[in-house]
Amino acid sequence: MTKSELIERVSAEVKTFSKKDVEIIVDSLFDSMSESLSRGEKVEIRGFGSFKIKEREGRQGRNPKSGENIYIEAKRVPFFKAGKEIRERINK
Amino acid sequence: MTKADIVERIYEKVGYSKKDVANVVEEIFSSIKASLEAGEKVKISGFGNFNVRHKTARRGRNPQTGADITIEERKVMTFKASQILKKAINSGAR
Repeated sequence: MTKSELIERVSAEVKTFSKKDVEIIVDSLFDSMSESLSRGEKVEIRGFGSFKIKEREGRQGRNPKSGENIYIEAKRVPFFKAGKEIRERINK
Repeated sequence: MTKADIVERIYEKVGYSKKDVANVVEEIFSSIKASLEAGEKVKISGFGNFNVRHKTARRGRNPQTGADITIEERKVMTFKASQILKKAINSGAR
């Protein structure tokens, strides 16, 4: 399912909004989550899962192609943990 | 950030009734869950992909008792952030 298919399916269920409005809400939802994660906040959706940011320290690495030593900068990476409800549902 | 905060943000951005927005947000997550439950991949461009992966059974050990156990085969949900999201996370103010 792509984002546009998600918009289609949600529109089919929701009578209060036009498809265009649902599209705005879907975009706004993922933007809000991205913004929150970018601020380093945790995002917790009950029944679905939670997203959080982990800090990775910089480390010495090597370019596997040239064998050259390079420094890998510290970075932040997003993690997702599935919620209990979804874990159970996909295993039924 | 919780679901209620997400509803609040959307409400601030678009101004529709909070109750109606909450309904749509609920529907968005149920739709994603239903899709994954059916074994379908969910691709949200600009955010990331949700996938269901099948894990085969493997031998494990109870770390508390040391007893050998079999970890049953199961399905797990995974998320892979898009490049756009990864970039946004690393350019955020620290």
